[in-house]
Amino acid sequence: MVKRFHEKAGKYQKAVCAAISIFAFVCIWQMAVAFTKAGLVLAGPIETLGAFFTAILHPIGTHTIEGHILWSLGRVLIGFAFGSLAGTVLGILMGWFKPVSALLRPIFELLRPIPPIAWIPLSIVWFGLGEMSKYFLIFYSAFCAVTMNAYSGVRSVDPELMGAARMLGANNRQVFTSIVLPSCIPHIFAGLQIAVGTSWATVVAAEMVRSSEGVGWVIIKGQDSNSTVQILVGIVAIGIVGYILAVAMRAIEARLCRWSVRGK
Amino acid sequence: MEENNIILHVDHMTKNFGELKVLNDVSFDVHRGEFLCIVGPTGCGKTTFLNCITGLYDLTGGQILVEGEPVDTKKHNIAYIFQEYSTMSWLTVEENVAFGLKMKKKPKDVIAREVAEVLEMVGLTKYKDYYPVELSTSMLQRVVIARAFAVKPDILLMDEPYGQLDVELRFRLEDELIKLWQKLGTTVIFITHNIEEAVYLSENILVLTNKPTSIKSKLENSLPRPRNVVDADFIEMRNQVTELIKWW
Amino acid sequence: MSREMIVCKNLEKTFETSRGPVPVIDNVTLHVQENELLVLFGPGQCGKSTMINCMSGLEPATGGSVEVSGKPVEKPGPDRGVVYQRMALFPWLTVMGNVEYGPKVRGIPKKERRERAQHYIELVGLKGFENSYPNQLSGGMQQRVGIARAYCNEPDVLFMDEPFGHLDAQTRYLMQEDLMKIWEREKRTVVFVTNNIEEAIYLADRIVVMTNCPTRIKKEYVIDLPRPRNYVDKEFLRLREEISAVVDKAL
Repeated sequence: MVKRFHEKAGKYQKAVCAAISIFAFVCIWQMAVAFTKAGLVLAGPIETLGAFFTAILHPIGTHTIEGHILWSLGRVLIGFAFGSLAGTVLGILMGWFKPVSALLRPIFELLRPIPPIAWIPLSIVWFGLGEMSKYFLIFYSAFCAVTMNAYSGVRSVDPELMGAARMLGANNRQVFTSIVLPSCIPHIFAGLQIAVGTSWATVVAAEMVRSSEGVGWVIIKGQDSNSTVQILVGIVAIGIVGYILAVAMRAIEARLCRWSVRGK
Repeated sequence: MEENNIILHVDHMTKNFGELKVLNDVSFDVHRGEFLCIVGPTGCGKTTFLNCITGLYDLTGGQILVEGEPVDTKKHNIAYIFQEYSTMSWLTVEENVAFGLKMKKKPKDVIAREVAEVLEMVGLTKYKDYYPVELSTSMLQRVVIARAFAVKPDILLMDEPYGQLDVELRFRLEDELIKLWQKLGTTVIFITHNIEEAVYLSENILVLTNKPTSIKSKLENSLPRPRNVVDADFIEMRNQVTELIKWW
Repeated sequence: MSREMIVCKNLEKTFETSRGPVPVIDNVTLHVQENELLVLFGPGQCGKSTMINCMSGLEPATGGSVEVSGKPVEKPGPDRGVVYQRMALFPWLTVMGNVEYGPKVRGIPKKERRERAQHYIELVGLKGFENSYPNQLSGGMQQRVGIARAYCNEPDVLFMDEPFGHLDAQTRYLMQEDLMKIWEREKRTVVFVTNNIEEAIYLADRIVVMTNCPTRIKKEYVIDLPRPRNYVDKEFLRLREEISAVVDKAL
């Protein structure tokens, strides 16, 4: 039956299913708040959405909600851009030159299991309370994810394709630029997808620790003033932006990698 | 032919995907114990054909009856063999072959006896404790065949199981298949692109047209067994089928 | 007397594995004439692909020597073309991009290589598909791209490693017929590996039967049936039986 559903369900049916499930979730939430004691510690969805739209016009603290989102996004963008660029370059170098990977991979294997937020205290010690420490944290979280994926991308280039290119007369440099680089683009994109997610999570955490604007700040201020509505406004903003970022990344990948199965 | 001897009755089977007509009014009968080969040109919707017969797709029109009732994989005992040898890698040869019987909750001693019997028939008794990864292609193929025959299916559907094998190996496995079929009297529906294979194996050959697929011809193949691919009669039959299909 | 294009002398190849050395090619001496279509025929995993890899220069031989048009083969090079069983097309390039890849990396000007690629794309019957990506083509069409790509470098010799192994029986017949037409229009020295006896007899000027691993030459047959050949011709079928009986059983 499951198979049959997937085979037949068109875009339309899937959209209907999504709408139904979200609607049901919101209903249960509203009822829980209205009819149980949960209402004491949790704002309802109608109230939250109302507050969210109000926040578009009336600032929370010094900024409106879209102002906070833009602040957070700006931090992510700077850290993510540098982190993923550096990660791509280093990952490819590690994949292509064996000594580089022999030297650096053990370090990455050790760094990998450490979540970026574990570095918050140290980053504050090193870079102070300003923007720099946040850039650093986001740089770091994007960098690790992208490096390892770019590396495994280079390592998993089909040797038969490289052989075919050599047989057709390509030298080492040409094999690298015309076979290895395009082959690992889907892998790098998989890394970028993960990196966008972790960067977004990291910026929120960093802002919750110390900042005067951003969606993380909105949440932590909500906690300070005991306003579950404001906390939820922040959470909704995080969810929506995170979702949009993921969709955007997939769309970019689908454009760039029309040839690959992943891109399809 | 008596009515009650018909195991599979396909009646005006039609299947559309949206606007696209894939199967167009296909009707045929398969008798109990028959070895039917189905051949058609490349890209002739044979996968859709199979999925309709097994009940995976709903028909747009017509019906399929197994022993007089609408096809139902839970009630009817239909086994499949595909081109990919899908053995369960975490089970031994013996456990693989016993799998279907266990699912049917047969008593332990019956399972043991029937598995031993079928393993003997395909010559795998010695290898019953091996894992699939330790076996060669031809032995894997035998495991798959043994597993399918072990459940004593009403109908065994085979979708080009020997497509990628050496001719030599293919001949050997085909001979083994014929032996099993003769011994157990299973109804076999065998789909292939290979015309020589169809002529070698079948009692009847169903020739399909290109999409939208319908039946071009049904040939009776009464060549005596064992057959020989260089006999004049064999070649004549092969040419006859080739003429019906040839697109290349 | 025609020129010898490929000369293998006492070719040997042994793989070093964790379980010790595994010999795959055992003392093979083979001469291929110019414009000959030679078929290497043998059971399943008998080391035929390794033969191709050694002759094309993708893998170094561990003993003996290989010469192509008089020059020793040491590494991959564009004077030898290869068509692969798994196609090995570059998925991020269009049909045109794949076919012109060889001339491109060798620095042939765009106009010239485009014209040449177009010629070979048309030769293999893919006119109109120049801008398609490989994943938009059927298996048979993909392998046509593979053949055009190998031809487009205008190599001295072509190696074809079970190029039709993944195609269905009917598409295979079509590809065999078309390959014959292509080869008769643009003669090349071809070494063609297959485990399909019909294919071998249909295509070959000469069939070299290889043994199981480690592979050696078991027997040679010169096939002088007139072309195009008929799969159910009496002599064809007789040869098929005779050669099948000589071949080692696959494992």
